[in-house]
Amino acid sequence: MAPLTPLLRVHELGKQFPGVRALHNVNLTIACGEVLAVIGENGAGKSTLMKILAGVQPADTGEIFIDGEPIQFQSVREALAQGVALIHQELNLAANLDLAANIFLGREPHQCGFIDQAKLHAEAAQHLKRVGLDLPSDTLVGDLPIGLQQLVEIAKALSCEARVLIMDEPTSSLSQHETETLFEVVRDLRAQGISVIYISHRLSEVKELADRVIVLRDGENAGELSREEINHDAMVRLMVGRDLSQFYDRKQHDPGDIVLELEEVRTPEHPHCAISMQLRAGEIVGLAGLVGSGRTELLQTIFGVTPSVGGNMNLAGEPFAPQNPREAIRAGLALAPEDRKQHGLILQMAVRENASLASLGRDHKNGLLNFEAEETVATEAVEQLAIKTPSLDQATVHLSGGNQQKVVLGKWLALKPRVLLLDEPTRGIDVGAKREMYRLMEQLAADGVAILFVSSELEEVLGMADRAFVMHEGRLAGELPRDQLSEEAVMQLATGTPLAA
Amino acid sequence: MKKNILGILGLLIAIFVITAVLNPKFISAYNMQNLVKWSSLYAIMGVGVAFVIITGGIDLSIGSVIGLTASLLAFTLSKNWDPAVAICAMLGLSALIGLVHGLLVTKAKLQPFVVTLCGLLIYRGMARWVTDNQSMGFKGHDQLNEIFSGKIPITDTFALPMPFVFLVVIAVAAALFLNRTIWGRYLLALGNNEEGARYSGIQTDNLKIAAYVICSLLAGISGLLFAFELDSVQPAQTGEFYELYAIAAAVLGGCSLRGGEGGILGVIIAAAVIRLIYNSINMLGISTHLEYAILGIVILAGVVADELIKRYTAKRAAAKQR
Repeated sequence: MAPLTPLLRVHELGKQFPGVRALHNVNLTIACGEVLAVIGENGAGKSTLMKILAGVQPADTGEIFIDGEPIQFQSVREALAQGVALIHQELNLAANLDLAANIFLGREPHQCGFIDQAKLHAEAAQHLKRVGLDLPSDTLVGDLPIGLQQLVEIAKALSCEARVLIMDEPTSSLSQHETETLFEVVRDLRAQGISVIYISHRLSEVKELADRVIVLRDGENAGELSREEINHDAMVRLMVGRDLSQFYDRKQHDPGDIVLELEEVRTPEHPHCAISMQLRAGEIVGLAGLVGSGRTELLQTIFGVTPSVGGNMNLAGEPFAPQNPREAIRAGLALAPEDRKQHGLILQMAVRENASLASLGRDHKNGLLNFEAEETVATEAVEQLAIKTPSLDQATVHLSGGNQQKVVLGKWLALKPRVLLLDEPTRGIDVGAKREMYRLMEQLAADGVAILFVSSELEEVLGMADRAFVMHEGRLAGELPRDQLSEEAVMQLATGTPLAA
Repeated sequence: MKKNILGILGLLIAIFVITAVLNPKFISAYNMQNLVKWSSLYAIMGVGVAFVIITGGIDLSIGSVIGLTASLLAFTLSKNWDPAVAICAMLGLSALIGLVHGLLVTKAKLQPFVVTLCGLLIYRGMARWVTDNQSMGFKGHDQLNEIFSGKIPITDTFALPMPFVFLVVIAVAAALFLNRTIWGRYLLALGNNEEGARYSGIQTDNLKIAAYVICSLLAGISGLLFAFELDSVQPAQTGEFYELYAIAAAVLGGCSLRGGEGGILGVIIAAAVIRLIYNSINMLGISTHLEYAILGIVILAGVVADELIKRYTAKRAAAKQR
């Protein structure tokens, strides 16, 4: 690559929040047309750093230079004027407006207050083209899948003549295919001289995309890796500050009897696809596939959230047809849903109340709450899963993603489930918590729990699964035993390509 | 939660003391008796609607249910129904109304606002039609009058009105249900996050239906109490707008219209505040034309203060968290 001129330089940036030092003497530079990945565990200071760069909040100490000139942002608008744009994790688009209106929201070309529609759409079309979105500019944003919405966000930033794009976990809700599209766009932008600061938990993506990696740990620079040095182990080592020799601590399992059996089960979402599978006790089974391939819907049908519209299920030999989650739970199933905040937790309620929510029905005395049993359940969850919380009375909304996920699991483990369904169990949680999650899965399998987990991270499926089912457009595209599990095989099935014999 | 009660309790005491100082007649036994009576009547409605509000819903039909049960009670008694049968029929009817509301909200997935707004119109219309819109009284029903509107003497001059006795029984039962039973916990959970509650195995529909039944049943009981208290029923007017007092009491008492939040004691104190404001306006010789305006301002101020306290505590909690 041609010699790069420094575009943005951050010097000794510091930020203090009440009671905690979020950033301390952080340095960072990015050149024109460079893709810089910033990684670190949750709480390492990535988000704070990005918010300062994007003008969301000011720094306490340190300086920021653009083209060698010291600058100070007081607001997102000022940062944008200097060419720094933040693409949020949660998209900030108006679903009821079309692409052009979203791209120029607040900056519509106008005459005497009337929007110049022709100019608006003509300019919008140009920017859409730059991000490879081949859609009419009057398409409603709400009609686009989330991956494409992200591209609209980027087009919007480009329309403000952004030179540095900050992307915060851009792929967290994208399918593999959408991720690929996004990567192409990022590479394209790089070729156009746009700099990208890329934040992600997904190290394989960082490896694929980044020209350089900066690692933050506890609010400080923990290290830097150039293109040649980027590999999984090096990144993990810098992030956690120690060697994680065996990330996936797998042991050999001896699966027991069949616990759950699906015979041509049809989900309401994909009623034309009959799904048959078996789960054995003490076995960890992966469920891979692209986002939207019907994995979550299958788990929801097994768990009774959306009852099946055909076929049979057997649980330990008994017919099993849950019409709602309660029946599934009573039969010994548990589901840690994909959307923790919407489905897994009652966010405003305390750790204690969340951990006990599913077992109240078991522990009550004539309908009266059993506060002792509740205390025991919650305490055990916190101890067994090492949940970091100031107290049992802390509202779960204030916990980190990893700890929230542990509370969800704690709620289920109190019921000693026979079948544990996990939907994207490690989404949005940091490396340390991921590792604990894998250990826990191991331990539960060793205790004879049958685990079926959905994951969009191939690495995770390959690392954890004894065997994996792959879904494609609502049907089971195939089953891969451990010795045939490979990235290529999963992707082939997931994209609907039959496996070569 | 505790802070909410302290705030509203402070307001109650402040208005009480100011009025008592400015007009000593305020604390006469007669006035107190009246105040307790009317506060109790409002509080019973408020407790009912609190359950629905905790689920994230609303019930606008309370006043009409009161009008309907009061009118029909007078009507059926005038047709020589056995009093016990008539009363049971009224309670059954109001519970049935709640059941229908609950089913329409949960199974037909209609919005509570719409369902109960239609209820408001329907029950008022039914009350007027059945009774031919005739005012009716309760002459010759001294026993019933004693039960619903009697007094339990405490001192020579002060007697506890029966509505207060009803309130105590209802409030204790409601508080136990909400705070000590698994169903109360489930209600709070589903009010906060209905899907999350369902994923935890809670039968959210059944609980929501129960909340609407409780609300309408308490409205029905209020209807009987109001009927005997007023000693005459005007099908077109009895209970009109009362749902708004009930909702105001629930909100001022710490229930969030977003659902998932609320307590019984706060609602009762807030109902007392609302009645107290009326009483004070009279006692202090303020123009009664200002009644509604003052009531509105006090409730608004209370809700704003509550929101500010919440933000402050949230900020402090967040600071501690970091």
